[in-house]
Amino acid sequence: MAHGTTETPAPPAPPAPLALHGLSVEGVNQCVHCGLCLASCPTFSELGTEMDSPRGRIFLIKSLAEGRLALSDSTVRHLSLCLDCRACETVCPAGVPYGRLIEAAKAEIERQRPGGAARRAFRWINLGLLLEHPRLLALAAAGLRAYQVSGLQRLVRASGLARVLPSTLAAWEALTPAVPAAAARAPLPALIPAVGARRARVALLTGCVQSVVFGDHNRATARVLARNGCDVVVPAGQGCCGALNAHAGDHARAVRMAKATIETFERAGVRTVIVNTSGCGAHMKGYGALLANEPSWASPAARFAASVQDVSEFLAREPLRGPLAPVAMTVTYHDPCHVVHGQKIRAQPRQLLAEIPGLRIVELAESDWCCGSAGIYNLTEPEMAERLLRRKVGHVLATGAEAVVTANPGCILQIAKGVRDRGAPTRVLHLVELLDRAYGAGR
Amino acid sequence: MVPLAEPRKRALRRELAAIVGAGGVLSDPDELLVYESDGLTLFRALADFVVFPTSAEQVSAVVKLANREELPFVARGAGTGLSGGCLPAEGGIVLSLMRMNRVLEVDYDNQLAIVEPGLVNLHLSWAVGPSGYYYAPDPSSQQACTIGGNIANNSGGPHTLKYGVTTNHVLGLEVVLPDGEIVWLGGRTREAAGYDLAGVFVGSEGTFGIATKIAVRILKKPQAVKTVLAVFDEIERASAAVSAIIARGLVPAAVEMIDHLTIQAVEDAFGCGYPRDAAAALLVEVDGLAAGIEAQAARVVEACRDAGAREVRVARDEAERALLWKGRKSAFGAYGRLSPAYMVMDGVIPRTRLPHVLRRVNEIVAAHGLRVGNVFHAGDGNLHPNILYDPRVPGEETRVLEAGAEIMRLCAEVGGSISGEHGIGLEKTDFMPFIFSPADLAFMQRLKDAFNPTGRCNPGKIFPTRKTCGEAGPVAYRPHPIEEKGLAQRF
Ligand SMILES: Cc1cc2nc3c(=O)[nH]c(=O)nc-3n(C[C@H](O)[C@H](O)[C@H](O)COP(=O)(O)OP(=O)(O)OC[C@H]3O[C@@H](n4cnc5c(N)ncnc54)[C@H](O)[C@@H]3O)c2cc1C
Ligand code: SF4
Ligand code: SF4
Repeated sequence: MAHGTTETPAPPAPPAPLALHGLSVEGVNQCVHCGLCLASCPTFSELGTEMDSPRGRIFLIKSLAEGRLALSDSTVRHLSLCLDCRACETVCPAGVPYGRLIEAAKAEIERQRPGGAARRAFRWINLGLLLEHPRLLALAAAGLRAYQVSGLQRLVRASGLARVLPSTLAAWEALTPAVPAAAARAPLPALIPAVGARRARVALLTGCVQSVVFGDHNRATARVLARNGCDVVVPAGQGCCGALNAHAGDHARAVRMAKATIETFERAGVRTVIVNTSGCGAHMKGYGALLANEPSWASPAARFAASVQDVSEFLAREPLRGPLAPVAMTVTYHDPCHVVHGQKIRAQPRQLLAEIPGLRIVELAESDWCCGSAGIYNLTEPEMAERLLRRKVGHVLATGAEAVVTANPGCILQIAKGVRDRGAPTRVLHLVELLDRAYGAGR
Repeated sequence: MVPLAEPRKRALRRELAAIVGAGGVLSDPDELLVYESDGLTLFRALADFVVFPTSAEQVSAVVKLANREELPFVARGAGTGLSGGCLPAEGGIVLSLMRMNRVLEVDYDNQLAIVEPGLVNLHLSWAVGPSGYYYAPDPSSQQACTIGGNIANNSGGPHTLKYGVTTNHVLGLEVVLPDGEIVWLGGRTREAAGYDLAGVFVGSEGTFGIATKIAVRILKKPQAVKTVLAVFDEIERASAAVSAIIARGLVPAAVEMIDHLTIQAVEDAFGCGYPRDAAAALLVEVDGLAAGIEAQAARVVEACRDAGAREVRVARDEAERALLWKGRKSAFGAYGRLSPAYMVMDGVIPRTRLPHVLRRVNEIVAAHGLRVGNVFHAGDGNLHPNILYDPRVPGEETRVLEAGAEIMRLCAEVGGSISGEHGIGLEKTDFMPFIFSPADLAFMQRLKDAFNPTGRCNPGKIFPTRKTCGEAGPVAYRPHPIEEKGLAQRF
């Protein structure tokens, strides 16, 4: 029988720390293989295969780090299929830092398997050129807008050209958000002053993609914060926080972007940084860990990380300031992964919604399950993303709500696409839009 | 067992794919690797194939193919088992039932549900919850383990004290027998005619065939529930309180104990509200009609106080109650906070011997230079000493096995048993002679032969098998360290 004792020769003591791509994966040793996380993992729930479960993936990562396993096609496949939604972290009693493990694994995959020229170019353009250089992103946005308003998009969609594109490109095409006109993309003023008694001075992360596609969310966030007594500072020259890069295994650039972000916000001289996009918030709260090994950066990074708050987390600390106008609507709430699992924020958005007069809230089944958006997952793994989206939209429609409220642009785009595909009239709103409306916006 | 030759393997893969579809067969070694263990990582064995059937007919076809090819096969649920039960001890085919997870029928009038085996235990309670019902057996792993695994191990849980174990809730099953035949055992009612074959099947640990449909009882949720937390500065007093509660004629739904070390782990995990400085805490639940529930809870509180509890309180609301239970039910996993691995024992002892046995358990483990956490179904006398160890430290696994064997012997000596609910599996085969005579075991073997005459269905489990040294195979036999020490023997 395979009693581990006699089966394997004694390993040389002390065991070398486990790492992939220079990033520690010692956390794998916290996993006691209990399996309590299995049924909470969306990919395991869909496929039923252990390699596509948290426990299985941790085991793969461990075996990779120990050299028991080489990075084969199938291993790459199962690790790439992970949403990085971190639902497993929420349920894991052992405290396995899963997010960090999968990021290290993805960095290793990128090192060993950069892929063909086309894939590398695609990554370089998106992760490097556009995200690292906000001005180029703005230009690209203008181009995309032209593509959309000129009728070219309609032509592409109608001609069926999208169907013959490689699947990733087709998914990319279907998801491209409607880029708003230049006015909505214009930068926010450097300071939005508090209305009424001053409660705090905060800085707002306007994001990279966010500022292009969802400039309105940033405006709404600033207005709602101001109505709640905040002087809102919008530091100039903000770039991307590097979250997408880190999730995609682009570690070096993620580190560069983190440093640039810390510097930009340090200049603003505030103690609180407000974020309204979940992936960025969760990632920035992890800067301390990301830069822990760089002596001159460790403490500024930790300080900065501690100053980051999701907008709902911040607002829910005090009752909303009135007057709030009634919003007669039935809504349901979808928890973005990197809010609920990444930042453990579950009660606050619901509490804020409950404070809006006239609003009726119905709970969503599997509200904390990933919708399939997951950063750029819906582009890299369109099939699984679509399965999860259909599951999500099914639950949304079952609530009968007029609108699904959430707190992250990726989820908004994804769920809006899913609802559109089903021909349903359900609207998809950011929490701050609804709050902004209660404060009288749009009337 | 010799590894399969490549051409034969490819041919078999094709045949299996014809049965379950190409997406339902795994044979890549990198993928098979993650199936080498269940919840107990001390044991490992590799399969040649893992297949994912979606119907009884597919299960039957795979089983018939395995028989034709003379390959062993074994069912696997979620793999949360703690005795290596679902491991392919001699290679062959693992049938994962995770894609058979539907609730097929719910009959509220007759309080029964018919489910597929891969359904997660808790998901059944979710499905019938909105109508005011639930499925009573609640292993602590219920958020992940499957009903199929539960029936195989006759799983219990905290509420077993009042509501009984899995077998008390199974009415009937559709089973693919080890020769591939599909039969129904039992029925839809509690009293079926003829032999109670459903009763025989439950607890057979996957050696009597593979369940493909299960008819279970569902119960009306109790009108009222009260949960009491009692905190003790000495573990002996907590043990005494357990007997005191029962002696007063109270019938709690659950009486669970959680010791000092375990409290550290669960508080680190979820901050559940157990005082960190306690030597032990008891979680006692009473349920039933709303009328009289307060009085029942008050009597539990009184019994704990009289037994010397430092603090006793009733959970204020559902949120506090849920958090206390979350702590209790996550305890095994939470040991990951303290140690990279643990081995859980599953001894049963007469409740009155608790103080003595707990003391001895702590002494035994300490003597082997290890730490132990205790969290268990105290009302049932079902112990779970969890020995913490680090598999990377040479020699620790051997010491764990030695300490475990001594604990098993201790349980047997005080008139108890070597397994309450986790099954014998691969882990405890050597301990069977502690509690069964050769005649007992021979009779069990005859029953097994009636269901599973070739032994191909889940081989290597429950019974110690005679093997010669040096036999090749996925889990080649070597003398168990505790055999070498003369603590146990094969026969
Ligand atoms: C954190 C934790 C807490 C636990 N708490 C408890 C507890 O409180 N009480 C308790 O009793 N157990 C407990 N367990 C043990 C375990 O969860 C149970 O034994 C459970 O029933 C196993 O279910 P599974 O689906 O994981 O089965 P597996 O581990 O996959 O398999 C277990 C056995 O069932 C057989 N099997 C699976 N499906 C079928 C089928 N359809 N037909 C025939 N045989 C089948 C397998 O061959 C194997 O022998 C706990 C485990 C963990 C990790
Ligand atoms: S990740 Fe956590 S919950 Fe999942 S198997 Fe490992 S220890 Fe258990
Ligand atoms: S991050 Fe999400 S998809 Fe990945 S293993 Fe965890 S739960 Fe599953």
